[in-house]
Amino acid sequence: MWTSLKRLYHKMGSPKWFYEISTRWSPWFLLVGSALMLTGVVWGLAFAPADYLQGNSFRIIYIHVPASLLSQSAYIMMAAAGLVGLVWKMKMSFVVAKVIAPIGASLAIMSLLTGAIWGKPTWGTWWVWDARLTSMLILLFLYFGVIAIYNAIENEEMANKAAGILAIVGSINIPIIKYSVEWWNTLHQPATITMTKKPTMAPEMFIPLLLTIIGFYCWFAVWVFARTRNELLWRERRTKWVKNLVINAPTNSGAHQ
Amino acid sequence: MFFDSFSSFIEMGGHGLYVWACYGLAAIIVAVNFISPVLTRKKVIKDIQRQNRREQN
Repeated sequence: MWTSLKRLYHKMGSPKWFYEISTRWSPWFLLVGSALMLTGVVWGLAFAPADYLQGNSFRIIYIHVPASLLSQSAYIMMAAAGLVGLVWKMKMSFVVAKVIAPIGASLAIMSLLTGAIWGKPTWGTWWVWDARLTSMLILLFLYFGVIAIYNAIENEEMANKAAGILAIVGSINIPIIKYSVEWWNTLHQPATITMTKKPTMAPEMFIPLLLTIIGFYCWFAVWVFARTRNELLWRERRTKWVKNLVINAPTNSGAHQ
Repeated sequence: MFFDSFSSFIEMGGHGLYVWACYGLAAIIVAVNFISPVLTRKKVIKDIQRQNRREQN
């Protein structure tokens, strides 16, 4: 048990192994993610009934909630990867933390923008400085902070350390986002989905939401894999496996690697 | 189908602009996330190939 765990750990730390396994898995994540997204979005937009209070504007939920959830999960993954990198000096882990930052930022932007657009017909305003919205904005700035550190610090080891520490410290914001709708008075509605209670939504509204959430996670995996592979190629450019791979790679399309 | 016509689907009971703006924005952000690593990959491979050629000469 212990030796096999140790072997897995060493494998995960191997860039070549990660490159190959992620290349093999990516098409499956893409396929499953796209099928779930297509089903969920078509269902949510055209077939789910309108909300009795919000009317059809509630259909924004099928992107707003997955984007919000994933931007927070991505942050936790980034902080965890940073922690693993700091504690066990695992380089692969830092690479993953680094590539998550821009993806997470884009998802936080998606969450904030769709939230603002949803707020207009629902609350009568694009933005309020309440706890939920403000803590989501802070999440976006934390992502920007991590990206800025990688852009500003030339020394790779220093950048990894600084970004890792910022990510870990900033993770205090995650429970604040989660409980903001309970601790403070807020315009934002309480959580749509909880692990402990049965969904309050009707199944024909809830199932498509579940589909788009899982679909987004699958796409996220594809994005993280693709960016990680790019980082690995460049870092490992002196190694034999990258040289061989690059010789055989067509420059016009890198699709079937 | 919840809507009885294509135009009511587009209108979304007056909320069409909000709903479609959100889906449009999301589509752009998703597209960027898919396309950007593909472009980076091409650039990285070209850079490595150039470097390898330089070293061979």
